[in-house]
Amino acid sequence: MKIHIRNGRLVDPKNHIDAQRDVFIAAGKVVAVGAMPEGFHANRVIDAAGLVICPGLVDLSARLREPGYEYKATLESEMLAAVAGGVTSLVCPPDTDPPLDEPGLVEMLKHRARSLNQARVYPLGALTQKLAGERLTEMAELHDAGCIGFSHADMPLSDTLVLMRAMQYAATFGFTVWLRPQDAYLARDGVAHDGEVASRLGLPAIPSCAESIALSAILALARETGARIHICRLSSREGIALIRAAKAEGLPVTCDIAVHHAHLSEMDIGFFDSNCHLMPPLRSQRDRDALREALVDGTVDAICSDHAPVDDDAKLLPFAEAEAGATGLELLLPLTLKWAKETGVSLSDAIAKVTAEPTRILALNNGHLGAGQPADVCIFDPEQYWKVEPRSLKSQGRNTPFLGLELQGKVRYTLVEGHVVYEGLA
Amino acid sequence: MHNNPQLNKNGELQHLLSIEGLRAATLRHILDTAESFLGVAEREVKKVPLLRGKAIFNLFFEPSTRTRTTFEIAAKRLSADVINLNVGTSSQSKGETLLDTVDNLAAMQADMFVVRHSQSGAAHLIARHAAPHIHVVNAGDGRHAHPTQALLDMFTIRHYKKDLTRLRVAIVGDMLHSRVARSQIHALTTLGVPEVRVIAPKTLIPTCAERMGVQIYHDMAKGLKDVDVIIMLRLQSERMRGALLPSSQEYFKYYGLTAEKLALARPDAIVMHPGPMNRGVEIESSVADGVQSVILSQVTFGIAVRMAVMSILMGNEAGGGA
Amino acid sequence: MQLPEVEELLRELAQQIRPHLTPDTVLVGIHTGGVWVAENLREQLGVKTPLGALDISFYRDDFSRIGLHPEVKPSRIPFEVEGRHIILVDDVLKTGRSIRAAMNDLFDFGRPASILLAVLVDRGGRELPIAARFVGVHLDLEDNQDIRLNRAESGQLSLSLDDAKG
Repeated sequence: MKIHIRNGRLVDPKNHIDAQRDVFIAAGKVVAVGAMPEGFHANRVIDAAGLVICPGLVDLSARLREPGYEYKATLESEMLAAVAGGVTSLVCPPDTDPPLDEPGLVEMLKHRARSLNQARVYPLGALTQKLAGERLTEMAELHDAGCIGFSHADMPLSDTLVLMRAMQYAATFGFTVWLRPQDAYLARDGVAHDGEVASRLGLPAIPSCAESIALSAILALARETGARIHICRLSSREGIALIRAAKAEGLPVTCDIAVHHAHLSEMDIGFFDSNCHLMPPLRSQRDRDALREALVDGTVDAICSDHAPVDDDAKLLPFAEAEAGATGLELLLPLTLKWAKETGVSLSDAIAKVTAEPTRILALNNGHLGAGQPADVCIFDPEQYWKVEPRSLKSQGRNTPFLGLELQGKVRYTLVEGHVVYEGLA
Repeated sequence: MHNNPQLNKNGELQHLLSIEGLRAATLRHILDTAESFLGVAEREVKKVPLLRGKAIFNLFFEPSTRTRTTFEIAAKRLSADVINLNVGTSSQSKGETLLDTVDNLAAMQADMFVVRHSQSGAAHLIARHAAPHIHVVNAGDGRHAHPTQALLDMFTIRHYKKDLTRLRVAIVGDMLHSRVARSQIHALTTLGVPEVRVIAPKTLIPTCAERMGVQIYHDMAKGLKDVDVIIMLRLQSERMRGALLPSSQEYFKYYGLTAEKLALARPDAIVMHPGPMNRGVEIESSVADGVQSVILSQVTFGIAVRMAVMSILMGNEAGGGA
Repeated sequence: MQLPEVEELLRELAQQIRPHLTPDTVLVGIHTGGVWVAENLREQLGVKTPLGALDISFYRDDFSRIGLHPEVKPSRIPFEVEGRHIILVDDVLKTGRSIRAAMNDLFDFGRPASILLAVLVDRGGRELPIAARFVGVHLDLEDNQDIRLNRAESGQLSLSLDDAKG
């Protein structure tokens, strides 16, 4: 299928392009950018007047809830949500049921995802068997089956000796270890940030040092083992300071934040809004400001959605009993644009945070639209407002703190491997 | 982003969920109304027909005989029908969700739910989802709030001390876990009490507690000096198991109210306790039963205050008064 | 319309009541205006028994419509109602509903021997079978007119008329 995307504003951060450029696609690849190649006859012309063309978004964390949690959401609904949000590649954490600790499970997931012909799925393998924090998984086999890294999801890994061994083993093969820093003891039973709001509302709390203590341990072990580390979902200014120092030292560390943490703080819990029950918790406004600054100065490399659809019943409970998580695949783009608009960041730099930068972390060669690249494209209207409500979301999860709000940035077309996999109404 | 969930469109009280967010005038109105209900208990017929035909459901997801009983007495003195549900032992254990339980009860012509739950925010959740005509009274949600307790405590203080704007009040004990303390602090500061002190070891004081308008003391002798009102909080035995305190003996030695420590306060200081008391843990019997203790009158006042709360709420329609 | 002087009405009322007094008769005023009138009558008549004051907020029949009255005052009945001869006192008698509420309220204190009703102004418009035994003045007013008893800071009582807003 030959596709000509014309009249659009191409924003390709990796190739330093932000200009009116046409894009020509054939046989699943970008064949040219700018001038039409000789003899190119398009089967389809997409008129992108007033729209932005960018590489398909690369989401570093999206839970698809399969296998095991199909009552929350299915691969069908969440993969549709992904492309509806302009996401063409996503990383899914290993905390499925059963966890992704066996090559067979990984293969099955990849097979299922591929058969849907939508976004590309890059699974993270479990770092330990059953995510129990005791025995290593067959990382090499899992890598061969398709895992792009190894993670402990949100399960505690308190045995530092096991953690160190896991890092050493991963380093043997050059695999990246993905870890969310949270000290299990300090975070025990906590559901909100240990600060003014949790104290007033009487919610069991997690202090910031739960993050910084765990992060210090991880960074010290990284230093020891030489393992490549990706820190998932930073939430505190103390954590930011540690990452900044680690990077200055030259440690092979990257990190991301969930897009919600770029916008919200503990104040948004309001009158016990369980849609704001997230992990890690929404911290103070000062923490949020530090995260925003760290995005600008590059301490935080990428933004992800941390997509976690939750069934309605699990949120209609008192705050502490409600399940943590927010649906996010369809909000990653508009919320990233909102952050950029509010902080004066350029469109190109903003899009880099969800395309080029995640790709760099994954050590993949996609995330840009140079000639010869797979045609994973997102075309969106940067001006259009849409209301976040159950009927406008494709995900089975309706759980978002942004419910009822109008956001700017609507995906109009999503292409994966040169096929139009999503076409939104104007 | 949120309107005050306690108020109806006319700014009147639809629910009583927390003291926080209520104006001083609203609190005073409740206390003034409670004055009138005190007299009812002295009469031959200890009832008024005000809420006749109304159905009040006590939804206690967390068991409590004392509080439930006072709400029941208050409701009956208003001639309302009272149905008690110890939900913890029935539908919840059968897997019915909290809100399903609420919906089923609403279908049984309930006018008011009095709710006690072990989780903070439970009363807010129920108020958000209950049918529009239903009024919700929070009888205690997790660590968050216990507004009727705070109101009866304010009533008690006003009864014995008259002018709140000249008082020093000390709250002693486990503020971290106490919904009573949080509500009392909001009530005291809203009503203009100039000095509210919290006395406890660091492990029992929540982060940023001063932002609620209190002064923190770890030394009870310093904290009780020249105080007019002492409110003792109950210490639960779980605190020893949770690595918050080593033993009740050490706690009693440093934070228990003895006659000796009471003497550091003003000679006319009153001693209060929301109950039930742990004698010998937070308070010495001689003080609990002594002349400065007003603990028993708190119970009497509690019924009148709850009658006032129920009457005022039931009279305010969801859509605003006529 | 020219309204009568309250002083005169009070004298008239006292004159009517005097023959019916016994040493045990009590006066009970209905908050707020009825209490003012009862206070005055008690003084004029030299009644020695304590004054009763009733707040009928908890006995009104319009709770479902308009909720609890914003200013509820405590009722004060400092005597045994059981077996008493009571003179119930109110300022203005119109529909009779306040009197019905007051009687229900009194009966919850005990069983009186008798209740006689004294009102400063009977303005007609009865909706219940209630009648005043002692009346200061009968006035014929329009339905939308509201007559009110006022008390100045000096303690002086006066009547005023307004057209009630529709």
